[in-house]
Amino acid sequence: MSPILSLHDVSKSFGALTVTDGVTFDVPEGQALGIIGPNGAGKSTLFNLITGGLSPDAGRIEYDGRDVTRVPPMQRCLSGIGRSFQIPQPFDRLTVFENLLVAATHGRGLPERAVEADCAEVLERTELIHVANRPAGGLTLLQRKRLELARAMATRPKLLLLDEIAGGLTEGECVALVDTIRRVHAEGVTIVWIEHVLHALNSVVERLLVLDFGRVIGIGEPAEIMASKEVREIYLGIEV
Amino acid sequence: MAAHYTVTTRTTASQIAAAAALVLLAVAVAVPFIASRSLIQDLFFILTMLTLAQFWNLLAGYGGLVSVGQQAFVGFGAYMLFGGAILWGVNPVAGLLLAGVAALVLAIPTAFFAFRLQGAYFAIGTWVVAEVVRLSVAQWKAVGGGTGTSLPRDARDAMWGAGWIEGAFDVRASEARDILTYWLALALAVATIGGIYWFLRTKRGLALAALRDNVGAARSVGVDSERMKWVVFLVAAFGTGIAGGLIFLQNGRISPDSAFSVIDWTAFVIFIVVIGGIGTIEGPILGVLVFFALQTLLADYGAWYLMVLGALGIAVMLFAPGGLWGLLSGRTGVQLFPIQRRLNRHD
Repeated sequence: MSPILSLHDVSKSFGALTVTDGVTFDVPEGQALGIIGPNGAGKSTLFNLITGGLSPDAGRIEYDGRDVTRVPPMQRCLSGIGRSFQIPQPFDRLTVFENLLVAATHGRGLPERAVEADCAEVLERTELIHVANRPAGGLTLLQRKRLELARAMATRPKLLLLDEIAGGLTEGECVALVDTIRRVHAEGVTIVWIEHVLHALNSVVERLLVLDFGRVIGIGEPAEIMASKEVREIYLGIEV
Repeated sequence: MAAHYTVTTRTTASQIAAAAALVLLAVAVAVPFIASRSLIQDLFFILTMLTLAQFWNLLAGYGGLVSVGQQAFVGFGAYMLFGGAILWGVNPVAGLLLAGVAALVLAIPTAFFAFRLQGAYFAIGTWVVAEVVRLSVAQWKAVGGGTGTSLPRDARDAMWGAGWIEGAFDVRASEARDILTYWLALALAVATIGGIYWFLRTKRGLALAALRDNVGAARSVGVDSERMKWVVFLVAAFGTGIAGGLIFLQNGRISPDSAFSVIDWTAFVIFIVVIGGIGTIEGPILGVLVFFALQTLLADYGAWYLMVLGALGIAVMLFAPGGLWGLLSGRTGVQLFPIQRRLNRHD
């Protein structure tokens, strides 16, 4: 299948610190790719480069066959890139339903009437329908994480970027959330997912990419990557 | 069977409020038939401050644009009304539109400059612009330079509708002008609140509320934050300019110091919005009533008056950041101008 997202030799530095260093990879349409790496490896920066929050110093980012390297975030969202934030960023004073309405109307360029039913459906699928009319500021952590997912889905993304969405959840909560993500993926949404909770990640993704000091040090089948000597040493801190 | 959903915004309280607002509006229109001149002047003050507060709330409470330079638009609008009447014989009532448009035009270069600044720098930047405009206007000899000027007698007499009011109410010309400006202030305040309420119920209004809560997240779901800032800034300038024109039309006299007063047209306005409840339509309405009550109570205490206002403002910011309306609606859940979209399930 043709790639929906490809990065070619993308680099980004903050002063003397190189956070993304010649990163190249493809994500075929419909696939789920997991990104792992120690803290400070440049995972979130990579997401910001893909969503357009940051501009790379060098390299090219292609999405859906187009060069989007310099395209502003808003247009990327309109063309189908959705994201969740590592620390949930709800619109606190809006209700859960309104959080989705903003995303659906502006992320797809449609009037409210046209997306109301769709938002309700996303709330059902993400198990938030019973808190639809509550202000988002009062949600529990699991609900906030679900809202991150739901709001990104309300833009009807072709490519969904998840940033440590399972972090901080209890085991039971994590299982429930992963279940929802698996269903979203089964519907054909391409997913790129940064996660430290490896068993959650590996139960969904088909491929794993390892990032260390801004460089890609491995990409392949999860089992193969987890078994490789390099990854065990660098990422898991295990002497082999 | 799958559930289906409908979306509503009305609440019982809002329907009662809407009915009460209509009654109140009818009473407000009829006030000149029964009230004394000083009451009409007080109401004029309340209505114009309310209009300024609604626009500042739109800017800061929703748009996140904390401007302390709104006196630039009050003053510039008012001066264009006077200039138009003195130099080109523009009818002062029509001059109100001129005041709004002039403020809007001034807002364009101001925005280009100020939007490059963030947070406190934006606030200071807008203040600097206001000072520059004040100093420039003070060089304008045709409208009295640094000492100011009065609205010429023929311009005052020509005000549309004033002659009719004079005959119909059997009052002196000056009183007829007070009644006319009162009605104009009422129309402006109603149009402002109605317009803002309408806007907040559109999808762009929803995006503005999202921007208020979280700029980064709003951008990530496709909200055009730059365009929104421009729209809010220009609309606020237009409305503030008309209000400024109206305030000095009623006053009949203008000077750079009074027209560009940061205390009168920005500090008091911020106080009204903060104490009433920022980021809500109800807040400034409650705030202006509290402000007027305090001003009346403390009128004889000179500088103490400002100190009490300041202390009260700080106390509210610390202990009730949502303002008095925030406390009230937080406890009771009442919304007089509901914008919340509620999802209702029907099985």
